[in-house]
Amino acid sequence: MKEAARDTQGMRYLETASRRFFTLWLPLCVFLFVLLFPFYWMIITTFKPNEELLSREGNPFWVHNPTLAHIKKLLFDTAYPDWLWNTLLVSVVSTLLSIACSVLAAYSIERLRFRGSRYVGMAIFLAYLVPPSILFIPLATMVYKLNLFDTRFALILTYPTFLIPFCTWLLMGYFKSIPYELEECALIDGASRWQILVRIILPLAVPGLISAGIFAFTLSWNEFIYALTFVSSSEVKTVPVGVVTELVEGDVYHWGSLMAGALFGSLPVAALYSFFVEYYVSGLTGAVKE
Amino acid sequence: MATAAPSLTRRSNGGGSWLDNRHVLGLLFLLPTAALLIAFLTYPLGLGTWLGFTDAKIGRSGEFIGLENFEFLWGDSVTRLVLFNTIFYTTIASIIKFALGLWLALLLNKHLPFKGFLRAIVLLPFIVPTALSAIAFWWIYDSQFSIISWALERMGLIHGYIDFLGDPWNARFSTIAANIWRGVPFVAITLLAGLQTISPSYYEAASLDGASPWQQFRHVTLPLLTPIIAVVMTFSVLFTFTDFQLIYVLTRGGPLNATHLMATLSFQRAIPGGSLGEGAAIATAMVPFLLAAILFSYFGLQRRAWQQGGSDK
Repeated sequence: MKEAARDTQGMRYLETASRRFFTLWLPLCVFLFVLLFPFYWMIITTFKPNEELLSREGNPFWVHNPTLAHIKKLLFDTAYPDWLWNTLLVSVVSTLLSIACSVLAAYSIERLRFRGSRYVGMAIFLAYLVPPSILFIPLATMVYKLNLFDTRFALILTYPTFLIPFCTWLLMGYFKSIPYELEECALIDGASRWQILVRIILPLAVPGLISAGIFAFTLSWNEFIYALTFVSSSEVKTVPVGVVTELVEGDVYHWGSLMAGALFGSLPVAALYSFFVEYYVSGLTGAVKE
Repeated sequence: MATAAPSLTRRSNGGGSWLDNRHVLGLLFLLPTAALLIAFLTYPLGLGTWLGFTDAKIGRSGEFIGLENFEFLWGDSVTRLVLFNTIFYTTIASIIKFALGLWLALLLNKHLPFKGFLRAIVLLPFIVPTALSAIAFWWIYDSQFSIISWALERMGLIHGYIDFLGDPWNARFSTIAANIWRGVPFVAITLLAGLQTISPSYYEAASLDGASPWQQFRHVTLPLLTPIIAVVMTFSVLFTFTDFQLIYVLTRGGPLNATHLMATLSFQRAIPGGSLGEGAAIATAMVPFLLAAILFSYFGLQRRAWQQGGSDK
């Protein structure tokens, strides 16, 4: 039905095959080519031997003698495995922490509706709009005073500042869609608010929890400015910071291992994302639509 | 919207304590979030503003010096250039992101095979860490081995490799291009979600009345999409204006400060330079611009409530 309706709008208007090619497929392919090319280039470069990388002869779009040397160098001659582990640890812990706080806060704002909850909701939305580029200097002085400088804790405690507002905002939307009647029935049956939250609201909000979790995880995996400022030893760096600050030293750039580092730093989020695309997109669009 | 619940809970819950009072419980549930956000967001926001009025250096808490930092920055030619760069970068990148994003959203909203798959891969640039994709761009923009130069030269369009990041204007446009590459998917996917909420019956009615595709777009799609456009573009402008990663990785602000943005200058002055007060003043100077963007969007949202006859907000 819907599709038929949509088709009629163009049908009369010469939606011939060639027109469709020029107005739809050609621009779409150009878009896809541009959006995906850097990834292709990353992959290709990872497996290219140095002679091919530094030669202008031959076809650069293909690898003629693939090599694993860059990956080997990355994994065994640099602290890359440590960075991966740090990023994973920091992302997982700060995501879990943020989700726990956000569930309570969102439930409290959206369902308990205590005095002033509307204003708290607004304040949380405003908190989401505060960019890290404004906060990193004062946070750096705080991190230093708290003796957290150069520790993973500095990141675990500061990442929730951008994760919690987002997750709370997202979960508020999900909680809003759960009918009040369910909660009222449970109250009449003698359930406490905590039981209602754990047994009724949370199971119904699982898609929201997954969306918020995936989103928070990718946001913390991608975080750069805090990790760059609050951490200085190689063992505690995250992947984005480690690759940018430690693999780029010197005049001769090791493009192969740089690209391998970028590739392996992107793969985990890309893989996670590909499993939960729908949740991710609904989180992204839900947060904007609210 | 209050539920009639509290009186019921007290009776049924036996022990019925103050925990059943939803005002008390509400605040209790809010406590962890409030504690974290006040300690690591509200307080630093105030501290940052305060630091902007001091001469704090790394390892030395500063004295209050009034507007001295701001006066210095106003007279500093680098800061003025950076302000220009930031506004230029934000304006050009946001306009192009909006135009391309809307176009891509309209394309993806058409009848397509593998729609879900296409949408998923379109969003890839947005989810991959920016610092890492910026490194890929760095390699693509390399002055000696750039694949773009290689391809253009083979096509006979240029004779000699382009110095993408070495020349001030080239560097500006190259960084803007990388920013657009990363931002278009976000704009496209969120606008696509907005497009999908527009009921096909509007188009049916419009085409029965003889509206051309352009008229349908202009008088049906665009007005209904305005509220989402307002929100998406606010986010886009905010994140572009405060961009840091891309510039830090690609150029570190160079050549000749041509690509320095306020965020990167603030970092450079504060962390490697050690002048926390000056860096904080630059960061504080971004706030009025951000507020302007937010207010702009707020009025966009007001318009939505008015358009849909709603009374909330």
